[in-house]
Amino acid sequence: MIEKRPLANAISHTVLILGVLVVAFPIWVTFVAASHDAVRMTQVPLPLLPGGHFWENLKYAFSKGVGNAREISVGMMLLNSLIMAMMIAVGKIAISLLSAFAIVYFRFPFRMGFFWMIFITLMLPVEVRIIPTYKVVADLGMLDNYWGLSIPLIASATATFMFRQVFLTIPDELLEAARIDGAGPMRFFKDILVPMSRTNIAALFVILFIYGWNQYLWPLLITTDKSMYTIVMGIKNMLEAAEEAPEWHLIMMSALLAMLPPIVVVVGMQKLFIRGLTETEK
Amino acid sequence: MAEVSIRNVSKSYGDNEVLHGVSAEVKDGEFIVIVGPSGCGKSTLLRMVAGLEEITSGKISIGGRVVNNIEPKDRDIAMVFQNYALYPHMSVFNNMAYGLKLKGLPRDEIRRRVEEAAKTLQLEDYLGRKPRQLSGGQRQRVAMGRAIVRNPAVFLFDEPLSNLDAKLRVQMRVEIRKLQHRLGVTSLYVTHDQVEAMTMGDRLIVLHDGHAEQIGAPMELYENPATRFVAGFIGSPAMNFMEAEVSDQKAHIGGEAALPCPPGAPGGKVVIGVRPEHFALAEDGAAGLKIHVDVVEALGPDTLVHGHIAGQSEDIVIKFHGSPRFAVDSIIAVKAPPEKIYFFDPGTGRRL
Repeated sequence: MIEKRPLANAISHTVLILGVLVVAFPIWVTFVAASHDAVRMTQVPLPLLPGGHFWENLKYAFSKGVGNAREISVGMMLLNSLIMAMMIAVGKIAISLLSAFAIVYFRFPFRMGFFWMIFITLMLPVEVRIIPTYKVVADLGMLDNYWGLSIPLIASATATFMFRQVFLTIPDELLEAARIDGAGPMRFFKDILVPMSRTNIAALFVILFIYGWNQYLWPLLITTDKSMYTIVMGIKNMLEAAEEAPEWHLIMMSALLAMLPPIVVVVGMQKLFIRGLTETEK
Repeated sequence: MAEVSIRNVSKSYGDNEVLHGVSAEVKDGEFIVIVGPSGCGKSTLLRMVAGLEEITSGKISIGGRVVNNIEPKDRDIAMVFQNYALYPHMSVFNNMAYGLKLKGLPRDEIRRRVEEAAKTLQLEDYLGRKPRQLSGGQRQRVAMGRAIVRNPAVFLFDEPLSNLDAKLRVQMRVEIRKLQHRLGVTSLYVTHDQVEAMTMGDRLIVLHDGHAEQIGAPMELYENPATRFVAGFIGSPAMNFMEAEVSDQKAHIGGEAALPCPPGAPGGKVVIGVRPEHFALAEDGAAGLKIHVDVVEALGPDTLVHGHIAGQSEDIVIKFHGSPRFAVDSIIAVKAPPEKIYFFDPGTGRRL
């Protein structure tokens, strides 16, 4: 809008500022809570200004556990989450790239049948197939390890479908030029398709990393060994301290730490992310 | 360097046959233009030579070797595509070097060849750029460069100039011709533009509905078209066709008017063809063909008169030298020299 309307400007700014406050206030409270000690956090009213125990709490979180998850430090849970999220994001991208490549560029019997089979799995998220999937994972001996945490979440119809659409926009002549240049199928995939989908891969990576990071139900189900706890389910466990009151200052510190990696990924890949979602020039 | 031989090649997609047994022999170093209207199968034919389409029946050989079942990369060919098909994420240098890298040539050999080609095509300053930073003409030259560095036996061009503007097209036309002449590489060039075909080709293959209507040098096709289609396709503006009844060495058009025919002209109902440039004003108004003038286009060196003859379905175009003036809706009388009149069978379209 190029028009100058002071009133409209004021209203829209008010709405935006309110929106920011609604989102930012809980984060502020988390930060404030993470910077006080246990005693202050049990008194009312809750503090709204930061206290002086931030570094102390941070150090504690990286060395020891909290509440019901006392056996594993928050640092280790962060590492578990990171490994799981990376395995899921990278695995999903690798598998979807290859399956989209097969579906778009190869003529094999029941090609469309396979495509629709992949597509139908959109209707079957983990929550729906959780018991059979658990059984399979258990039988394969993948309980309580990184494989069990990530593999069942790797197959992705959404990503396959997205890469299929990306590949369909790449002109056939490029494939033909590459064939004349002497590139075999995998060479073409590696040298032409993957670099050309670079921005889409980045955008998808951001989305999938956060998807993996935020997994709650599945890790909760298949990890009984506390050393495999991920941060998102770990926080829940911290609340269930048997005898004592929840250690809010440490829980809030964990929550704060759990927010960081997704933020780093989004901020770091912002440029590629936006280009991946908007760029059409091929 | 190689000759290309296309023997009775046909192509079907399912039950739909698009090429019905085309044969042509291309000599070493020759520049052959495959020309025809869209949908005539010319690109399909070229892509079969390239190995991008399977050959349904017949044989194609390059340099004496039948290539029907040989992969494109092993056919010793290079192809320039209509939309250039440059790899968008690679620099100009890498675009040209990619094929050589895959061949496993040593680095300095690749560098030497690419730089040589870049020099030939005046692309030296652009080697580090990406294709999207180049103009249409430059992209076109990179596509050419990618073909040249491979040092192939045969160049294949698939309408390489149709994405350029008119002025650049004329310029690139000459450049491609010069380059091909200097390199002496056998070339097959597909176009729908008959001007490109006439000016570039040593010989033309005129395709129509999946048949090779005529194969020959441009002037041969112009002077001796074998069919009505070739006569109408080669030459611009196109040849005029009129239904006529020939008797007493005269072609009667629409009853009254008549054009004198050469001795030995076929009798009966025919279609006669006269090129726009062969008409001339009849001095004695009464004897000529009466044309009703609809539009006059003055081009400078020439003037085109579009008109019609009463009772004839097709319009008539006449090309006069200089800039004579004609009033719209006036009637002019024209004649044509008897030896410049072509006779075609009204049913089959073959030349009589």
